[in-house]
Amino acid sequence: MKKMAIIASKGTLDMAYPPFILASTAAALGYEVQVFFTFYGLQLLRKDLSSVMISPLANPAMPMPVPMPVMVQMLPGMESMATMMMKQKLKKHGVASLQELRDLCLEAEVKYIACQMTIDLFEFDKSEFIDNIQYGGAATFMEFAGETDICLFV
Amino acid sequence: MNFDKELDARGMNCPLPILKTKKSLSDMASGQVLRVISTDHGSVKDMQAFANQTGNALVSQTEENGEYIFFMQKK
Repeated sequence: MKKMAIIASKGTLDMAYPPFILASTAAALGYEVQVFFTFYGLQLLRKDLSSVMISPLANPAMPMPVPMPVMVQMLPGMESMATMMMKQKLKKHGVASLQELRDLCLEAEVKYIACQMTIDLFEFDKSEFIDNIQYGGAATFMEFAGETDICLFV
Repeated sequence: MNFDKELDARGMNCPLPILKTKKSLSDMASGQVLRVISTDHGSVKDMQAFANQTGNALVSQTEENGEYIFFMQKK
């Protein structure tokens, strides 16, 4: 059986998609898959994903309906608005929600590993995370990653 | 063409058509045929890639009024 490992290190809505899309697809193709969530990537394992947002700020490649000066992007509420618009866009184009992709991965037996060091560092409460995850460190990841056919850092 | 099961993946985008195809095939018997309808342009290439990698046979693939119809025979 082929294997794939992914490190998910980003916690924004846009960067949350690649790990879940690739993990679910690889699982559908018969790969054994593990995703290691570290630093901001840990936000993707929260029961409540509403804090996963997208910001146009410092993200000049993000397509905007109207060009928006940085000074405007800084205003309160811009992040929520951009996130809402992005979610509408995803839905309109038939792209699954993060929650849906995360569940599909679990259903396909993708293993989620949460970085213990990050949890200690940011003093996260484990009860805020979903149940079906394991906790480990770099060595835990390497044990699986060392035997993979594909290994990605997102 | 005859088929044993049908999957309507219209409106879905990558990677959902592939994930749903895999799911539909999982409770079918070897040799049975799944008919998939999709509107995702990317699924044309992806269904071929899925077949190549999983060993299921993409028996036929056609386009009708912007809808793609695939016949996938389970390995």
